[in-house]
Amino acid sequence: MTPVLDVRGLAYAYPDGHAALRGVDLHVHAGERVALLGPNGAGKTTLVLHLNGIHTPESGTVAVSGLPVEKEHLAEIRRRVGIVFQDPDDQLFMGSVRDDVAFGPANLGLRGEALEQRVLEALDQVGMADFRDRPPHHLSFGQRRRVAVATVLAMRPEILVLDEPSSNLDPASRRELADILRGLDVTVLMVTHDLPYALELCPRAVVLSEGRVVADGATYDVLTDDALMRAHRLELPFGFDPRVTGRPTGPESAPPAG
Amino acid sequence: MGSGHGHRLHYHGHSPLHRAPAHLKLVGLLGFALVVVLTPREWYAVYAGYLAVLLVAVRISRVPPTYLLKRMVVEVPFVVFAVLVPFVATGPRVDVLGLSLSEPGLVAAFGLLAKGTLGVLASLLLAATTEPADLLAGLERLHAPELLVQIMGFMIRYLDVVTGELGRMLVAMRSRGVDPRSPRHWPVLARTLGALFVRSFERGERVHLAMLSRGYTGRMPR
Ligand SMILES: Nc1ncnc2c1ncn2[C@@H]1O[C@H](COP(=O)(O)OP(=O)(O)OP(=O)(O)O)[C@@H](O)[C@H]1O
Ligand SMILES: [Mg+2]
Repeated sequence: MTPVLDVRGLAYAYPDGHAALRGVDLHVHAGERVALLGPNGAGKTTLVLHLNGIHTPESGTVAVSGLPVEKEHLAEIRRRVGIVFQDPDDQLFMGSVRDDVAFGPANLGLRGEALEQRVLEALDQVGMADFRDRPPHHLSFGQRRRVAVATVLAMRPEILVLDEPSSNLDPASRRELADILRGLDVTVLMVTHDLPYALELCPRAVVLSEGRVVADGATYDVLTDDALMRAHRLELPFGFDPRVTGRPTGPESAPPAG
Repeated sequence: MGSGHGHRLHYHGHSPLHRAPAHLKLVGLLGFALVVVLTPREWYAVYAGYLAVLLVAVRISRVPPTYLLKRMVVEVPFVVFAVLVPFVATGPRVDVLGLSLSEPGLVAAFGLLAKGTLGVLASLLLAATTEPADLLAGLERLHAPELLVQIMGFMIRYLDVVTGELGRMLVAMRSRGVDPRSPRHWPVLARTLGALFVRSFERGERVHLAMLSRGYTGRMPR
């Protein structure tokens, strides 16, 4: 089966010469939820910006459901890959929640009733339909994060990419977002420093360090590999021990082969 | 980040003036300003008439006069300048309260003050009775250049974000013993404003990235 995300030998240096990615290989299959872990400066955000063609690789390739990320396919790539950025204020720029969620699908050519339908559906998925006429900057941070997720869902992406979705959320908003993400029927790649969140939501974890993938496996196995964790500046938060929590069970907790 | 309150210039209400279509109000303001600017300075009675018209409009809008008065401080630098004119202008002099003032200067000062005040008051009234979003829609209906309307929309959207950012930077400065009001610390303040500019610029880049990621190609969908 063609993977939703197929990254091969991806290398990239910023214009100032800093090599942020040094040969990344990553495959994500349909329906998977994968956590992308790694210390500050590992290159996670840089990798994310390659997935929809914001950055152009120095070498290596990226393909989304078989379609290479290249200039002539950018419009379709950006429909397939939905990125939720870290700061919702960067993502919500229109005067009302409705206009903001409509921005993406309208760029895809949707108009009138179909557009309205799409907007309401996306807002419903994140439980924000009642806020559709409010200006986004008058919402709480957690609400803005949810609307940001809706702006991307409205484009019906094949893969949802989230950059640190739980940052700055209070515990209740963090859990509500987890419920929303778990309920979505979409492939997810989630960049996070929140290791309990990764264990809770993502059966599989990939560790990026200094621009390379250094681990790829079941999230439980990654988090309990002490040597690996220490070598890459990953630390479990105080009081959290996956061995005590136990290996998450359920049909989706086993990482698919490949 | 963003604050929970509405726009500082807008005064919530349901008067006929609030409900009037934004593009009509815009045309009204433009016409009024044009007529005021073109009226000769010596037609004092006509200026009194303009003021009366405005006061009636304020009355209809039910915006408290003090609300508008407080916001008229933007005019202060202008007033200072106008007050200086009779002192420095040349021409025949008259004595007012023992001060020797230039007569053409006085007329010029009156003209400046009257035109400025009427313009500022009318603009404030428009801002007080029209939601920013309606104002933008009004501009669009009047076929203002699309790009201009877009930029103004972004300005309104990010005003709160940027002022919030500036507020936090000032708090951080104060916490480290800098008093932004003391001239001794103005160089630091200038650097802070520089940093704010850079941050706003970088935010602009990130917003642009986010727009591209959702299929933006340079035209707002409509
Ligand atoms: N615009 C830029 N110009 C130059 N170097 C950059 C730029 N953005 C990031 N870098 C560098 O590239 C490397 C990877 O950055 P990146 O933002 O991808 O890290 P990250 O894994 O997302 O980190 P974090 O967890 O802190 O968000 C870092 O060393 C960073 O300093
Ligand atoms: Mg990052």
